[in-house]
Amino acid sequence: MSKRTVELELATPGLDARGQPARVPLVARGSEPGNEPDLGGEHLLINLGPQHPATHGVLRLVVELDGEMVVRVIPHVGYLHSGFEKLGEYRHYNQIIPLTDRTDYLSPMANNVGLALAAEQLMGIEITPRCQVLRVIACEMSRIISHMVWLGTTSIDLGAFTPFLWAFQERERIYDLQEMWTGARLTTSVTRVGGLMADVPDAFVPGLRHFTNTFPNTLAEIDRVLTRNAVWAGRTQGIGVMTKAEAINYSLSGPMLRASGVPYDVRKDKPYLGYETYDFEVPVGEHGDVYDRYLLRLEECHQSNRILRQALDRLPDGPINVDDPRVILPSKSRAMSDMEAMIFHFKQVMEGVKAPVGEAYVGIENPKGELGNYLVSDGTAKPVRWRIRPPSFINLSALPKMAEGHLLSDLIAINASVDIVMGEVDR
Amino acid sequence: MNPSVDALRTTFGDAIGRAEPARDGETIVVVRGERLADVMGWLRDTPGQAYDYLVDVTAVEYRDRERALEVVYFLRSLERRADLRVKVELDPRGELAVDSVTPLWAGANWLEREVYDMFGVTFRGHPDLRRILMWETYAEGYPLRKDFPLRGRFSRAEQVRQALNANPEAHYSLEELSIAEAFDELPAEMRERLRRGERGKLPFDE
Repeated sequence: MSKRTVELELATPGLDARGQPARVPLVARGSEPGNEPDLGGEHLLINLGPQHPATHGVLRLVVELDGEMVVRVIPHVGYLHSGFEKLGEYRHYNQIIPLTDRTDYLSPMANNVGLALAAEQLMGIEITPRCQVLRVIACEMSRIISHMVWLGTTSIDLGAFTPFLWAFQERERIYDLQEMWTGARLTTSVTRVGGLMADVPDAFVPGLRHFTNTFPNTLAEIDRVLTRNAVWAGRTQGIGVMTKAEAINYSLSGPMLRASGVPYDVRKDKPYLGYETYDFEVPVGEHGDVYDRYLLRLEECHQSNRILRQALDRLPDGPINVDDPRVILPSKSRAMSDMEAMIFHFKQVMEGVKAPVGEAYVGIENPKGELGNYLVSDGTAKPVRWRIRPPSFINLSALPKMAEGHLLSDLIAINASVDIVMGEVDR
Repeated sequence: MNPSVDALRTTFGDAIGRAEPARDGETIVVVRGERLADVMGWLRDTPGQAYDYLVDVTAVEYRDRERALEVVYFLRSLERRADLRVKVELDPRGELAVDSVTPLWAGANWLEREVYDMFGVTFRGHPDLRRILMWETYAEGYPLRKDFPLRGRFSRAEQVRQALNANPEAHYSLEELSIAEAFDELPAEMRERLRRGERGKLPFDE
């Protein structure tokens, strides 16, 4: 008998008469086949996920049902927990950036920007004008692809297949641009503390301009298919309502907060990267239901497109990195020929970039909500604490409240409207 | 410096400790743990303060063992567009406990559960203080504490053994099993294990 067989035997809690592992049926008592009881008043416990396409990742919901009505939802998260915050304590600031790709993996570039901004705030670094505009482009491209994935998967959850194809086609075009810029479609790691990994290639600007010219057509098509569609409106209007006071009390952020009528957008109210100089509107909903969240995200795509156009128009020439040899690696040729440059190269690679003692929190408006990066430093090159304020984790915590009293099929719509990404919920 | 600090000092006196600016320009104010619930309620409900939005709750433990473990609350007034960072200092060698702010902000529910899960800080008065990212029967300790090794406390062999030993029913909590009235139908031995919380053993326990 091999070692593995012994372990598997340990794994079985007990055997039934036929030698099969005994299972506990998780259904209401007395519902054996052929003996259909009157189930009136009895509650049913069902398990949704963690491997279920409508839970958008490895989210598990234990749902208590009265007939088809949801009485209680108990979410279980953590299946994708990777301990990023712990790992960050063992890495230099620049080495943390690849970890941020993998948190909200539907908008990796925006996460890179969030961490770089927090580290720069901590170190007191002022980035160059070209870098600022390129980072705005990175953030808004992320917003578009994230909202496209949300729109596609949500429409599939509610039975509309066509918008999914259109949305993913647009996302693919942005992915091509990301690949052109960084060499990767998903794990972009585009920022560095004090600048960027690389400047954009020559074909990038015309490519993105072409995208911004044609993207509104797709949005118009999606709008025509969904917005006044009776089935879509019937399944989303009045579902999962959060009032203004509830949305604030539950710490919701991003589109979830604004759909409930709270006009708070970090880009407007605590601007970073020079967002105050761009001309764009912040859409605000009034009913706080799934339908308003849909309208709001659709409008945000239009606004992101506007910002992208303005950013392309103003993209200045110049360096992408700050001129500070303690933060930015010298060029390879200088490091090989200049003694001083070589020393800085060596110190950065071996010791990392040191941050002064202190702490900094920088919140940015991510597609899912306010992404906060909180860095605490004790003067070494590795943070004492790296905290991600995960917007979709906090938004998801309101799911039990939103789903109470709705039908099971509405639970799917509500869960989709939160726009979760489990990489970020579990981190 | 945020003017709320002076207002706090006049109202709460010596319950308010040091205040300092953070490197991002916001103000950090340290509050004595016993008065936390009062201070937070006052900050939320007083006109002119109106910190109605809880941005985040987290904790920081420093590499310097002499320094206190801090529980950090990020507050925001949506109306005034102002932020304030409130900290409570706890002695890592003493009892790690502080009052819950979940009665004030429902959004603190999961955030406090995460701090409990990762640092072992108990929040008094929390309605549902369970582990959240780690599973309920996780026995290796609190992962974000500085004395917790990066690879975890258990050996890889012990981790594999526990993963293979896991049974699907153990992933329902007692509360969930009682909804389905399935708890009574479990084998007596499994019921007992569930009641105990079915934890693994630390290698140095034996």
